[in-house]
Amino acid sequence: MLEWLSDNRAYVAAVVIIMLVAMFIGSIVIGRKQTALTAKDEVFGDPERTKGGWYWAVCGVSTLLLIWFYFSWGVGRAYFPQAANEMCQVAKLEEVISPIKAALPLGSRYYKSTLLVGRNDVQLTTLRNDFPANAFSAAEQAELKDLIVQIRSLIANSSNPTLLNQKTKDELVNLSGQIRALGDELRAGSRGLTPTAEALAQPKWGISLTEIPLLPTTSKGVLFDNVSAKAQDLTSFFRKVRNHVPVNERIIADVRERIKVLKATNEAGSFDEKTDVARKAYVKGVERIFRRLDDGNIFPAASLDGLNAAIADLDAAKDEARGSLRFVEAVFFPGQGVVKSRTQCTEQGSARWLPKPTDVVATFIQLANPDLENGGGYKGTTLLWWKWLPIADVVGFFFPDWVADVWPGEYARHSADGTITPNFKDKLLSFAQGEVYLGSIPMFEGHIWDSLFRVLVALGLGILLGVPLGLFMGVSKFFKSFFDPLIELYRPVPPLAWAPLILTIFGITDDGKIFLLFMVAFAIMVISARTGASGTQLTKIRASHSLGATDRQIMWNVIMPNAMPEILTGIRIAIGVCWGTLVAAEILAGTTGIGFIENIARTVSNYELIWVTILIMGILGLIFDLIMRWVIDRTIPWRGKG
Amino acid sequence: MADLICENLSMTFTNPQSGAAVEALKDINFTLKQGELLSILGPSGCGKTTLLNMIAGFLNPTGGLASLGGNVIEGPGVERGMVFQQGALFEWLPVSKNVDFGLRMKSTDAEESAKLVEKWLDIVGLQGFGDTPTYQLSGGMQQRVALARCLVNDPDVILMDEPLGALDALTREKMQSLVLELWKETGKTILLITHSVEEALLLGERLFVMAPRPGRIHKEYNLPFAERGLKESLRDIKQDAHFSEVREEILTMIWDMEEEIMGGA
Ligand SMILES: Nc1ncnc2c1ncn2[C@@H]1O[C@H](COP(=O)(O)OP(=O)(O)O)[C@@H](O)[C@H]1O
Ligand SMILES: [Mg+2]
Repeated sequence: MLEWLSDNRAYVAAVVIIMLVAMFIGSIVIGRKQTALTAKDEVFGDPERTKGGWYWAVCGVSTLLLIWFYFSWGVGRAYFPQAANEMCQVAKLEEVISPIKAALPLGSRYYKSTLLVGRNDVQLTTLRNDFPANAFSAAEQAELKDLIVQIRSLIANSSNPTLLNQKTKDELVNLSGQIRALGDELRAGSRGLTPTAEALAQPKWGISLTEIPLLPTTSKGVLFDNVSAKAQDLTSFFRKVRNHVPVNERIIADVRERIKVLKATNEAGSFDEKTDVARKAYVKGVERIFRRLDDGNIFPAASLDGLNAAIADLDAAKDEARGSLRFVEAVFFPGQGVVKSRTQCTEQGSARWLPKPTDVVATFIQLANPDLENGGGYKGTTLLWWKWLPIADVVGFFFPDWVADVWPGEYARHSADGTITPNFKDKLLSFAQGEVYLGSIPMFEGHIWDSLFRVLVALGLGILLGVPLGLFMGVSKFFKSFFDPLIELYRPVPPLAWAPLILTIFGITDDGKIFLLFMVAFAIMVISARTGASGTQLTKIRASHSLGATDRQIMWNVIMPNAMPEILTGIRIAIGVCWGTLVAAEILAGTTGIGFIENIARTVSNYELIWVTILIMGILGLIFDLIMRWVIDRTIPWRGKG
Repeated sequence: MADLICENLSMTFTNPQSGAAVEALKDINFTLKQGELLSILGPSGCGKTTLLNMIAGFLNPTGGLASLGGNVIEGPGVERGMVFQQGALFEWLPVSKNVDFGLRMKSTDAEESAKLVEKWLDIVGLQGFGDTPTYQLSGGMQQRVALARCLVNDPDVILMDEPLGALDALTREKMQSLVLELWKETGKTILLITHSVEEALLLGERLFVMAPRPGRIHKEYNLPFAERGLKESLRDIKQDAHFSEVREEILTMIWDMEEEIMGGA
């Protein structure tokens, strides 16, 4: 069932979206009707007017979900399940011809040749102007200046259409013709083309790791796929076209020789260090520009015009062949469409970082599946499940080994016949180390539980130690003055600033995180318990004294219950802050936990997973708060009724 | 005999910042015999509360001493019960747990305390309210709980600091009757502070009018109205000519004191 839903999530989404639209429209209709009904007996500014209004809540939620569906391309995938595959085929063609396009004004404003000429000219001018006159002899200076002139002539010859050699000319014309032929093929349409069986067997869009299936699954897609395969050959051919002007061949050989001579002089001569550096740098600069010019990459502008026009024609043909896809893409696929990279087609824009709601649910279901062998859980740990926990493990955790060490007597030694008879001290040690089987209890496990466990243990310790200290600080000058500086010194430091230090000291085990969270919870609990204790009415204290209560009895029977509202509010705040800190700590270091999942998801750019962890954290935080609110309402009903 | 005796009782407050000293009370002398009902009246700031707090043991006098039944008072104790203006009830506990607070502190047997609680709730007119949370009670009922909480401990003296000050007129009258009833039935010594002249006359077998700066007993009265209040209606007593006469006399006295304060200030 789940699997079927997961595989057909596009259809599920289609139904859900229709329901959302219906809810959106319905709630607006109801809302308007209700507003009209009550308009007479309400005035603006009356807080009573905010009461009720579930229909606007429905409207808000459905709006939010529809926006999410739309910008994540959830709507597009639901109603145009083939569109992304076709867009991928179009993207293939674009990727394939991009090297040609990049050399033309169509792709980069200027011909690549124009840019090369411009850049070389600027650099040659700089070289000539920054001539280090002291470093070279007069003869060498003349030689270098002439070299620069020669190099300039290389550029001029390459740019001259009359010098263009016939072979290059033919190649370019031929290339343009073939590109126009591709355009014609696109215009001829996709009639009669059918996708291969292999293509149809591919997983659907969004189901497998390669998000968008690469092979064309529609006839239109097949057309683009065919054309892009042919265009691939043309691009490879274009890469090899060179403009080797015959006059340049001689100049190139000559310049190469002369640079060699200059370099040899540089090596042989014994110049002072400064001159040596200047000479070598200058000759190197000249050689660098020369190297760039000897490979025939500059073409006369006029010779490329035909190619530019052919590519423009191919672009036009591409748009014609896309037909309705153009419209669908513009309306239902906000962002930059689909881009083909080396190995896959990827969604661009909002769809990239905003996963579809259905994918998020599918990822969550997969994550929540406790069956680790069959792809459930994450990194070998379930999300939230249970296991049998040996009681011995718990004992081993809480019962310290040193109790056995300080127990009178010696540990057993192996006797002469090679056997060991454990004495009581040995048994105590194995008990402390959790090696004695004591039965098992069912226990939660999984990433969520690990996170919860850390927060709850830290919070428990914080309450256990912080509340009594806070209460004493509220009533005792010694406790207040002694501990106040201690707490006020560490508390203002943001918990995350402590994290690197504490995680380094404790390592990535639970201890460090629990200690970090304990610090957070402890400070909050101390301060709230203290506020609560010091706010006890004097008459209540005096009444209890007159009723015969001892100091200790007053502490636990009057001051503590009196501080309960503040303590509970403190717990509520502490949970929130601990939760926030925990996730960050798990991101910094850890091998399990919700923050850990998010961190790994981040490093592999798994946006669905990132969103799932964000949603889980939000929902758990909300649950904590609801529980605390419920507890507060139950335990201190007198609040606000004094 | 557990008589309450004050000998030259004085209290001087020193302001820790300015060092200025306020003589809140100076040389208070009186003896309150067991079973007497004393009300204390005086303009605001004349040291009534201070006097009560010293007898209760919350404040140490700077001069003189107070003793109860021959024992010098050096701190709060169960033999001196307190009732405050605002109940000072423990709002996290229901009525019965408030009432048996003192018993629980001395670990009295649960059954016995339950009986006592029931008895006293009955006496103060709160039968059946044992499980009600105190924050749901009206002001008058809260004061009844406070009275029961104090009485269940069986103190020798009951100290009340404007116990009925925050109640509406009707409730107040009922509570005044209750106080008189309790006084008669229990025979406790009661020391009651009030700022209402009528209340002081009605609930005072003896009445001290105090004067400020320094706080002292200005005039003492012995009055028949409390005795009469046990039998007659309080409203009738208020119509009495003698009652009106004393009331006018005291009102004039306090008025003059207030004038003096205002003039001096
Ligand atoms: N803790 C204190 N510190 C300084 N002055 C005080 C303190 N308590 C009371 N006083 C002063 O002592 C005087 C008597 O106060 P109080 O006994 O409360 O008067 P009353 O209850 O009669 O209105 C007042 O002038 C008051 O300002
Ligand atoms: Mg007072």
